[in-house]
Amino acid sequence: MLSAHHITVLRDTRPVLSDLSLSLRAGEVTAILGPNGAGKTTLVQALAGLLPMQGGDVLLGQDSIPAMDPAVRARQIAWLPQGAEGHWPLSVWDTVALGRIPHRKRWSLLAGSRLSATDQAVMTKVLKDTAILDLAQRRLHQLSGGERARVLLARALAVEAPVLLTDEPTAHLDPGQQVKIMGLLRQRAKAGDTVVVVLHDLHLARRHCDRLIMIHHGQIVGDGPPDAVLNDSLLTQVFGPLNFT
Amino acid sequence: MSIPLKLALLVLMLLVALSGSLLVGPAPLSFGDVLAGLFGQADDPRIPLVVVDIRLPRALLGALVGGALGLSGAALQGLVRNPLAEPGLIGASSCAGLGAVVMLYGGWAALVPWGLPLAAIVMAGLGTILVLAIAGREADSQTLILAGVAVSSLAVALTSLAMSLSPNPFALSEIVLWLLGSLRDRSLNDVLMALPFMTAGALLLIPAAVGLNALSLGEQTAESLGISVRRLRLLVIAAVSLLSGAAVAVAGSVGFVGLVVPHLLRPWFDYTPSRLLLPSALGGAILVTCADIAVRLIPNQGEMLLGVLTSLLGAPFFLMLIVKMRRGKR
Repeated sequence: MLSAHHITVLRDTRPVLSDLSLSLRAGEVTAILGPNGAGKTTLVQALAGLLPMQGGDVLLGQDSIPAMDPAVRARQIAWLPQGAEGHWPLSVWDTVALGRIPHRKRWSLLAGSRLSATDQAVMTKVLKDTAILDLAQRRLHQLSGGERARVLLARALAVEAPVLLTDEPTAHLDPGQQVKIMGLLRQRAKAGDTVVVVLHDLHLARRHCDRLIMIHHGQIVGDGPPDAVLNDSLLTQVFGPLNFT
Repeated sequence: MSIPLKLALLVLMLLVALSGSLLVGPAPLSFGDVLAGLFGQADDPRIPLVVVDIRLPRALLGALVGGALGLSGAALQGLVRNPLAEPGLIGASSCAGLGAVVMLYGGWAALVPWGLPLAAIVMAGLGTILVLAIAGREADSQTLILAGVAVSSLAVALTSLAMSLSPNPFALSEIVLWLLGSLRDRSLNDVLMALPFMTAGALLLIPAAVGLNALSLGEQTAESLGISVRRLRLLVIAAVSLLSGAAVAVAGSVGFVGLVVPHLLRPWFDYTPSRLLLPSALGGAILVTCADIAVRLIPNQGEMLLGVLTSLLGAPFFLMLIVKMRRGKR
């Protein structure tokens, strides 16, 4: 179980997360919701151990994530950042192969390029799961937005970590592609993984997530099943007086 | 064509280039003479002198210098994720040049054996430490490059100062000729001097290879994959300093190799940064060895300098690269 205990994160001197605590359960898709600047991305980055925190701790079971060896942490938590772009025109296969880095020996002469049979089997499986096996030899920049989003998700899935943290994986996608991505995340939760997804689309969150956590000004203001969180009073408090229903 | 086959082709091209380097020179020698000279079987005692003492160090240094520059260019481009990066960007080359110029300025280069290359390597190391100190512990790649440019500018300014205050025209001429880059009149001692530093630099890149791949999706993604980006940066900067510092120490300034070679080979091999390291080392070795043959063949009163030729070839290539990138953005 991944849990945050009284975490505080400052950007410069401004608190982005203030004394925030939560625990995430395996087998569930948990959506993190909130307006722009609420601290959603910062929360996911802190949970992934990618940000220095000014207070509190993040635990995986009994182990502190910030104190964990980075290589061990990388095998436990997969992270899919918001709007990730490749700096080189890598092939789909090579992009997904990056997800196997936590499982490789660092000091091997061929560590940079050689994939084990297990690596290849895992990569083939995630490419099939994300329905992009036929694109394996294409280059990332030659793909459509939806295809690229699935490749980047496949890269995160290839880590085979029991915790999957995704930051707006459905941004800029059409409704069909959004549903496909959410379906893939649900599959992982069904397989027993802890899945977290940062979302802006409330309908998507209501339909595809087991639990919603609403963040506002760096604090949790709502936490529970979709129907309990998506009520007029909380939505108005967080997003302003608009008609959401 | 498979990657091992392409690598084998590069090795073959390098062997051909090295053979060419042993064959070409003012003294007309056949392939048989060269082989006899190399293995001490020549009838004429002048042949081993030409082959072993003059041409062999030159051929080996060409391959080593080119290999070091190609390798460091590929590693640095992978680190900063920019195909326009080249080893000179982090200041080690300019600092190495300054170290050598100080030795020539004071006339110590002729007095102290290995004094010039040693001073160049020490200055490359000091320059790198200065760059890292200016950039700070948590510096990103952009800050590192800016610090490198600042230190490089300072080293170039001090080099110009040494030249303008040169005690006599001979010292000035020596400095200018050395700065233009050449492999003429080098000995096996120069090979022995550069080799350990270049080997150390190349070895440092082995554990960095996986990290360079991980950086393809950005620094935070690399961190999430268990890579310490700070450690990776230190490893690559140290490696590039050792490789390019040692190259400048024995050959002077040989520009554009670290920029051009990885860029030429990237589409042919692969865009995955780690897979470009070995081909870039081989490609750099071939390019500099061939350029060093060319300077001996181009008719001239003396001999055209190696650094001049690589710059003449490299500058138009750089322009072509910019035009291509501009077209790509449209």
